[in-house]
Amino acid sequence: MNLRPEPLAFELSSPGRVGVALPKCDVPASPVPAGLLRPELRLPEMDELTVVRHFTRLSQKNFSIDTEFYPLGSCTMKYNPKANEVAASQPGWKGAHPLVADERNQGSIELIWRLQESLKAIGGFSAVSLQPAAGAHGELSGVFMIRAYHLARGNPGRVKMLIPDSAHGTNPASCTMAGLTTVTIPSDADGGVDLDALRAACDETVAGIMITNPSTLGLFERNIEKIAKMVHDAGGLVYGDGANMNALTGVLRPADVGIDVMHFNLHKTFSTPHGGGGPGVGMVGAAPVLAEYLPGPIATRKDGTYAMAMPSKSIGRMKAFYGNFGVLVRAYTYIRMLGEEGMRRLAESAVLNANYLKARLEKAYPIKYPRRCMHEFVAMGNFAEGVHTLDIAKRMIDYGYHPPTIYFPLIVPEALMVEPTETESKETLDAFVDVMLKIAEEARTDPELLRGAPHATPVGRLDEVAAARCPVLCYRG
Amino acid sequence: MPFIPNTDADREAMLAAIGVKSVEELFSDIPAAHRFPKLGLPAGLSELEALREIEALAAKNLSASNSAWFLGAGAYNHFIPAAVPALASRGEFLSAYTPYQPEVSQGTLQAIFEYQSMAAELFGVDTVNASHYDGATALAEAVLMALNHGGSSRPRVMLPAAMHPEYKEVLRTYLAAFSVELDEYADEPAAAAKRVDARTACLVASYPDFEGRVHDLSGVADPVHAAGAVLVVNADPIMLGLLRSPGSMGADIVTAEGQALGNAMNYGGPFLGMMGATQKLVRKMPGRIVGQAADHDGRRGFVLTLSAREQHIRREKAVSNICSNQGLVMLQSTIYLEALGKSGLRAVAELCWNKAHYAAKAIAAVPGYAVAGGTFFKEFVVKTPVPASEIVDRLERRGVVPGLALSRYYPARTHELLVCVTEMNTKAQIELLAQSLKEASV
Amino acid sequence: MSIDKNSRYRSSHEWARKDGARVVSGISDHAQDALGDIVFVELPEVGKVLKQGEAFGVVESVKAASDVYMPMSGKILAVNEALSGDPALVNREPYSGGWFIAYEPTNPSEWDGLLTPEAYEAEAGKE
Repeated sequence: MNLRPEPLAFELSSPGRVGVALPKCDVPASPVPAGLLRPELRLPEMDELTVVRHFTRLSQKNFSIDTEFYPLGSCTMKYNPKANEVAASQPGWKGAHPLVADERNQGSIELIWRLQESLKAIGGFSAVSLQPAAGAHGELSGVFMIRAYHLARGNPGRVKMLIPDSAHGTNPASCTMAGLTTVTIPSDADGGVDLDALRAACDETVAGIMITNPSTLGLFERNIEKIAKMVHDAGGLVYGDGANMNALTGVLRPADVGIDVMHFNLHKTFSTPHGGGGPGVGMVGAAPVLAEYLPGPIATRKDGTYAMAMPSKSIGRMKAFYGNFGVLVRAYTYIRMLGEEGMRRLAESAVLNANYLKARLEKAYPIKYPRRCMHEFVAMGNFAEGVHTLDIAKRMIDYGYHPPTIYFPLIVPEALMVEPTETESKETLDAFVDVMLKIAEEARTDPELLRGAPHATPVGRLDEVAAARCPVLCYRG
Repeated sequence: MPFIPNTDADREAMLAAIGVKSVEELFSDIPAAHRFPKLGLPAGLSELEALREIEALAAKNLSASNSAWFLGAGAYNHFIPAAVPALASRGEFLSAYTPYQPEVSQGTLQAIFEYQSMAAELFGVDTVNASHYDGATALAEAVLMALNHGGSSRPRVMLPAAMHPEYKEVLRTYLAAFSVELDEYADEPAAAAKRVDARTACLVASYPDFEGRVHDLSGVADPVHAAGAVLVVNADPIMLGLLRSPGSMGADIVTAEGQALGNAMNYGGPFLGMMGATQKLVRKMPGRIVGQAADHDGRRGFVLTLSAREQHIRREKAVSNICSNQGLVMLQSTIYLEALGKSGLRAVAELCWNKAHYAAKAIAAVPGYAVAGGTFFKEFVVKTPVPASEIVDRLERRGVVPGLALSRYYPARTHELLVCVTEMNTKAQIELLAQSLKEASV
Repeated sequence: MSIDKNSRYRSSHEWARKDGARVVSGISDHAQDALGDIVFVELPEVGKVLKQGEAFGVVESVKAASDVYMPMSGKILAVNEALSGDPALVNREPYSGGWFIAYEPTNPSEWDGLLTPEAYEAEAGKE
């Protein structure tokens, strides 16, 4: 890591410097009405090399998959193959415009169609839309679809969405944006949905349930078919949050166990880069009951010709144009390289890696729900006096590992959620175990060392309280 | 497999450590009847084979890389300096997650802070968030923010009739669950602002509008604010390199499609939804926000802040459900703005202005064609002597992409073409366009 | 955990204290301690009329945000402007300088239904 302080671009700026030469204007100038002109534009002024060094140095202040093991639970930080990037950078993609007639965008539409077909096969869906730009965007689409379905059937009173207490925060937030109310369903002693509580909540006002399977505890919901039946019998629909699909490719098609609509995060399961926050794709797949409600347009094929078309009862557009196409190219490339056999191997290896780590760490790090895990598991970091999960997480940084997801899910105290993914080798996992065991020892013998961690980073722990009390959100020169 | 390293021998050793006999045993929780289905996917390909296939597909598209390109309408063909993709594609940026651990994410966090600072300057507002999915969703969330701010007694939203039709569609999708009145205005924003009342949450102005017109917004904010409503402006960020910022004219919330700032057209995505607001609205703003902080040694660093607005903390009471955003696209735009800098962005905007005005004159001189009046920046509407869709069809086959036939969105407007001119268009291309339009009219 | 003996409480940790004809409210010492460092308090507009149990504002720490609820029905007469500049007042002086709102109670009999200091202390102590 680059430990030297890096100035802000504004501090590197020097009047008169130029980073890009532009062509001379080859047409006569037209005057701009004086009242329209902006008086000043305070952007930095740098030469190209200064810009290059600035961003290169900034990049060196990040942990990333390309540089460190990144076992961040729920985020599926798997390796992003370089072929994905080459595939996405073709001039035929980069220069393609969404408003050119379909007949002259056949390459783009055919790729979308092929990816739709692949994801239909993986999920067991009857149709999919690739328009949503992120998992939460896909969720919002799915919740809109459920609402539209009930409205179309003359049931405006179905406004209650059931959400297990282990769910991602996006689930209830999406419901609010769709005008639905949420009812939290508690977990049972095994970490699954409490069926009695679910039964009690299933009435004529239920719109549906949003269920993450495997759950955010990394556990497969064994009652999934019972849950789906209970909700269906009450007239509701089942939304599947596919954040954890990495455990299930080639293992289980979610639609086979009663999921009516679901999103997959292509930036998790299908290896497109997270990019420091995005862009992603929150593909939505639907069973026949909801297929015509999908957001669109989606790709269709007729007589070997491809076209973009709106499903007949579509909830409408979720964004302008057709989705994060560049991300779709990457996901398609990955699926094409893995193929049928690779899809199953992916999930098998992800689950094997997680269970291996769990088996080797569970003596040192207690686990609240010690069942067989899927692609991730949730341990606890409060086993040593005066040491918290946060301290363990920060100490991992000193050893060159990105911390796991911490303090989530909320139902596990001092949670440490570890997801290795299938792209890590046994050697990497073994080295990680050694470090984790060493930190567990340090937690008992030298808690101060952990509380002061990390020690070798560009900055230490930052005062987030002061940052939030008096926010400085822009450079003030 | 290249992306799944463990060999059969590794697997055996790991299974032994777990205490199971086979990998299948790990999946005993999965309903047996549905376990390990045949998917029907084709067999996997090598990298070489996969890339060959994808290159062949990409080559089937009409691309701006080998055409004279005058089509915009929400996705724009601008120059991308080499430094932009070269730096943004570094693995340390590309394969990092959301910067939740600030000590090992200072690169991403500082880049976001620099983006927020530059975008706030462009917009003329106090704060900008770390991005939305695209310009359309940024606008939809801005309207939701204004509705939330105004409360239930202000259900009315005033929208320009000449707003991008797909933005309007997205807005309708987002607002479907709420009883909101979408009220379109066709007159000047300053005239429409006089109709803002105590039931109005916000007036939205496009700067420029879908047909390229740059409306004077200087008289809009006062009547909007006097009525207790909020002014939302959706702007072209390249144009803001030259023309007055929305914030300087009183906008409370500013949104934009940031694709033009260093990102390819990419068949419509990934793009960059930009949103900024004045200080008093910052805690109602959705999306991630980075703030400056210090560590115990006083070293400057950056953190995600004001998180209590967001879904992972506030759940059903969050201001939005947004989580993943368009981080890498935002990074590209940050590099773009810093590489071009103060004089470069203005120069790009001036080239667009001058070339668009030259093109408008050249087209207006072609018999049978007329250019719509009013101030414009880089896009303008041309009245055509024959149906515009026929012109587009004929010219595109010859590698000249003349613009958007407005009949795509407005079936009755058969003889109108929306033309976009940027710094990418040479004088020779503009003359080729005028000549081609002349030939297409007979 | 300190308890103000002159106040009554809700089990959601708001306190209410009579101040002449007005009632003043804030959050308890127990609540501020559980939330940690307060970074922001969102308060209602003066003049707003709220019912008992209705949320009147939000109190935020870095990692949490909680609604705060009206101990009694009333019309807001004043809000504590000092909290916008120094939200840590809620941590330092939850019962004095860190007050949130003052209001005119519209149903004074609601006072009798609030928890006594002893009852609140017993309830909060169990958490």
